Amino acid sequence: MSSRDLILARVRRALADVPRDDTPYDQAFERGYLREHGDRSVEQTVELLAENLADYRAQVHRSDADGLAATIAGLLAERGSTSVVVPTGLDPEWLAATAVTRVPDRLAGTPDELDRVDSVVTACAVAIAETGTIVLDGGPDQGRRRITLVPDHHICVVRVPAQVVSSVPQGLERLDPARPLTWISGPSATSDIELDRVEGVHGPRTLEVVLVSGE
Amino acid sequence: MSGGTFVGMPSFPKAAHEAVHNQTLRGNLRHATHTIRAKRANAVAEVSDWAELREAGKQIKDHTLRHLDRYLVQLEESVTAAGGTVHWAADADEANRIVTYLVKATGESEVVKVKSMATQEIGLNEALEAEGINAYETDLAELIVQLGKDRPSHILVPAIHRNRGEIRDIFAREMSEWGRPAPEGLTDTPAELAEAARLHLREKFLRAKVGVSGANFMVAETGTLVVVESEGNGRMCLTLPETLISVVGIEKIVPTWQDLEVFLQTLPRSSTAERMNPYTSTWTGTTDEDGPQTFHLVLIDNGRTDTLADEVGRQALRCIRCSACLNVCPVYERAGGHAYGSVYPGPIGAILSPQLRGTQSEIDASLPYASSLCGACYDVCPVAIDIPEVLVHLRERVVEGGVVTRDGAKVVLKPAKGHAAERAAMRAARWAFGRPGALRTGQRFASRTRRFHPRTLPGPGKAWSETRALPTVPAEPFRDWWQRTHGGKDASK
Ligand code: SF4
Repeated sequence: MSSRDLILARVRRALADVPRDDTPYDQAFERGYLREHGDRSVEQTVELLAENLADYRAQVHRSDADGLAATIAGLLAERGSTSVVVPTGLDPEWLAATAVTRVPDRLAGTPDELDRVDSVVTACAVAIAETGTIVLDGGPDQGRRRITLVPDHHICVVRVPAQVVSSVPQGLERLDPARPLTWISGPSATSDIELDRVEGVHGPRTLEVVLVSGE
Repeated sequence: MSGGTFVGMPSFPKAAHEAVHNQTLRGNLRHATHTIRAKRANAVAEVSDWAELREAGKQIKDHTLRHLDRYLVQLEESVTAAGGTVHWAADADEANRIVTYLVKATGESEVVKVKSMATQEIGLNEALEAEGINAYETDLAELIVQLGKDRPSHILVPAIHRNRGEIRDIFAREMSEWGRPAPEGLTDTPAELAEAARLHLREKFLRAKVGVSGANFMVAETGTLVVVESEGNGRMCLTLPETLISVVGIEKIVPTWQDLEVFLQTLPRSSTAERMNPYTSTWTGTTDEDGPQTFHLVLIDNGRTDTLADEVGRQALRCIRCSACLNVCPVYERAGGHAYGSVYPGPIGAILSPQLRGTQSEIDASLPYASSLCGACYDVCPVAIDIPEVLVHLRERVVEGGVVTRDGAKVVLKPAKGHAAERAAMRAARWAFGRPGALRTGQRFASRTRRFHPRTLPGPGKAWSETRALPTVPAEPFRDWWQRTHGGKDASK
């Protein structure tokens, strides 16, 4: 007998006490919990996102569509970045105001090449206010998972309020499980040494989120 | 480069006896568990529907376990449809053989690993080492443990027993053995230590061709795997290598994508006391041009189906490994994780290890006694595992013997040897065990009422308690309950 059949047979024997007509999944339990916590206006939800992002040590900036290119250029300059990784589908306008070297996100690029780049600029798929989380789904304006991992500085643009939801349940509803997802809440962090929180172990040590309105 | 094994561990009382005399260990543990405990209470207080989330989590997991055969088959189909390959391993040896074979097939002799309790459970690193394959742990705490030739002692912060001075010494001494040495003049500030780990490991990540992971959840409906972490080492292992091998216990399934909405709310708040952990990665099979192009899922049984066969003990398989029960356990706080002699320490370890491994060995037979039955672990558990109930059940098994399932077959256990004292204790307690309902009511009474103790003080005390966790009201100790119910009959006090 293969191990597959062996394990499945053991499972069935172990569950001899479970009636065959046991309640099906959709009637097995009630989802008695909330779809979102609290009653907020759209503005308040965006405000909460900003607060929770900052609470987890992301740096939050605000802009409107017209000011976005200048905001991004400013952030790159402040950081002293000389190169930036750019996902293939990123709106070229977003980088129109900066002259730093653009490194395209390409398949042939090696992790070592990425390691030499200073910053990365991406969009996101959705942002969750209650937890201060941005989610990337590998879409053309977000690129491969590794580009937001290896460079030490990540600038992520969130369109508000269109891309903002209140809660984890609402976030999951908007996401496609077939795509690889990366949920980011603040920069990389560890508390492994005497529970002292240190930002940045392997992921970017600096996460800057630009909330852009009026897109 | 292997972490020590747990083979030959002394029984819990002996190991714990030694541990409580270790001042550093006790100091570190006390600080750590109390810090996390207080933070967790605040994180939980933030969500008004905690009780409902906990109940839903419990029910989803119970339903899944009751139909595990169906969900396993569905998971296999969806992972395969998404481009992955599924392997089944009945025990640790088989799992290790499969992984070793898969690594060898890539032609590589090193792998990077993201912290995984399942691979620790089966001793994968040692098995790979025996075949000439180096497995590098990349979680900072796991790196500390591995370089220190040590064993993890906490689910979430495996190096909780080490202080910064010890970590500095380990890094300075050992890093050069395995790759980039620690920087000259390394001090013991956490930031410098983290930087040293970053540099040491980055070199390995960038050249790694094979990654090995566990998973926090697997979604049967979609074939999606989920890894929850903080540092980004998980993301490195999951996305940079060409081949990804995930080794996961068969109990880690949830039926649907939507079910994650429960656990992604309860897990971070229960474990790190955060609204959300810094990074969560999900992947479904393979994705063209993004991440590993070869994905293997190794599903392991290794005692899980035996645990499933026990109608009382089955609930231990609901565990989502948040570690909240460790941080509230008065016994863990004093004894530390090593005393449990297994990769699963604390209250959950006390019920899971003897079920996965059987109660024949001295250490496994002693584990159900590694508790005061205070019930605090049940209170904090985000999937409402009634740990005290299972402990009592297992004590009974150790002492009385009985019919259990081992390796899929029913066997009759004899009472464990060397437990004369406990047997005597059990005889004294026969009244209670003869009335399991009464026993349960006693425990429930304590935990039920504790739920009504306020989290914040009313009136003028409010401001004070908003920034502090109120001292937790201790659950009723077994002895007090005994006094109150049975002993109370003839004792005046
Ligand atoms: S038993 Fe419950 S509290 Fe303990 S680790 Fe598992 S899920 Fe967490």
